[in-house]
Amino acid sequence: MPYFKRTALAITLVAASLTGALFAATSSAQGNSGDATIKEIEKYRQALGDGNPAELWEARGEVIWKKPRGPRNVSFELCDIGLGPGKVKGAYAVLPKYFADTDKVEDLESRLVTCMVMLQGFKYEDAMKSPFGSPERKSDIEALVAFVTAESRGLKMNVIGNHPKEKEAFDIGKAMFFHRGGPHDFGCVTCHGADKQRIRLQDLPNLTNKQQAQRAYTSWPAYRVSQGEVRSFQWRLFDCFRQQRFPELEFTSQGSIALTTYLAKNANGGVLSAPSIKR
Amino acid sequence: MKNIQFTSLSIAVFAASISTGVAADSVKTTQAEIVMKASFKDRGQAKVDRLNQDETQRLCSQYPDNRPKEIAKRIEAINLKLMKYPADGKLLGDWKEGEKIAQSGVGKQFSDDPAQPAGGNCYACHQLTKEEISFGNIGPSLYNYGKLRGNTDAIQKYTFGKIYNAEAYSACSNMPRFGHNGILTEAQIKNVTALLLDPDSPVNK
Repeated sequence: MPYFKRTALAITLVAASLTGALFAATSSAQGNSGDATIKEIEKYRQALGDGNPAELWEARGEVIWKKPRGPRNVSFELCDIGLGPGKVKGAYAVLPKYFADTDKVEDLESRLVTCMVMLQGFKYEDAMKSPFGSPERKSDIEALVAFVTAESRGLKMNVIGNHPKEKEAFDIGKAMFFHRGGPHDFGCVTCHGADKQRIRLQDLPNLTNKQQAQRAYTSWPAYRVSQGEVRSFQWRLFDCFRQQRFPELEFTSQGSIALTTYLAKNANGGVLSAPSIKR
Repeated sequence: MKNIQFTSLSIAVFAASISTGVAADSVKTTQAEIVMKASFKDRGQAKVDRLNQDETQRLCSQYPDNRPKEIAKRIEAINLKLMKYPADGKLLGDWKEGEKIAQSGVGKQFSDDPAQPAGGNCYACHQLTKEEISFGNIGPSLYNYGKLRGNTDAIQKYTFGKIYNAEAYSACSNMPRFGHNGILTEAQIKNVTALLLDPDSPVNK
């Protein structure tokens, strides 16, 4: 086949497949099958995954990580986030864990705050000031979270959890997962305790099922297309509780870390894909 | 999913369980509640007291599944006792208003304006009409609800009651107690009852 003809054919095929994709998206939105819509959303996610804006947060986070900061003018490179001072690769896979220097179980976000205070000399209030970013004011924490978690991409979740305080955190987190309250009687378990549940067209992972818990946990943090921000796991819990009609979950609170411990340990063996991209 | 089982007890908590004779499960839950209360803060209309549980919430948290029959019966009895039917005896309102309530997910979140009326968000969990294709599946499909059951006084009373307080009929249902917990007003519940039962409602077309 002459070259020009092949090119013309290729263009036609591309055009046809694009039309097909658009048509599929339109028809599923109008049709009555939720499954078809979910498949299209999954395709959309995969397409977006090729160019995830979370990379911008990862790059910014790396700069912040390496830069001397705070009253003591020290970088995060001496910060122990789980595998020893300065060790970033693989650290997210073992969190949350017990840290002897604070005598607490900590997650990544809490540990970043700890290093800002203990290592860099920031005031606690200042370190806690901007946990979640907005288009007007970006969060350093979210950038650091993106950088650190990206360094564990492809690794398996491996929360040990044998320390008595880690066991206690797991048990408290489990009780929180099943705690129903508020005006709607909701608990985490209301939406995440059974297979194949949906709110409107949004799929809900069953977090009491091993495979689904792994898939869900390992995809956070994530770049949220609808918000234009990378969101940390602390944000994920904060916003779940808002929708649960609960009061505000405090950033890096003991309860938030306990629930994260429960969910992270249940995801052991799952391969980290974060920061991922979500609607 | 198994019932909540706790393996580790701190010494202080263990001592408390000896002195009160409370089962390990609920003692550990108490400890979790202390941590929870310290981990949330008031924001807007959502105050920390929302973490306090009534007996229904406590029992449903304690027995997420494999619930003993007598516990389920107790929950249903407690809630049936608290049922309040309209004083005027009228249970059906305006289905068109009911449809608006079924669509709206506004209400009771700390990000919501408490001055605005809340919605029922029925479509989040139920199919209701053929026209609305964006519906969830945590609850059963309610399409043709009235057509299948008829619009008798008994069905009207059951339907109003189910929306007012689902726990009276099905212990530890995922469905909020819209009337009992003050999410929807009596007039709003009448409108949603009409959406389900009025022969002119798209639910029954």
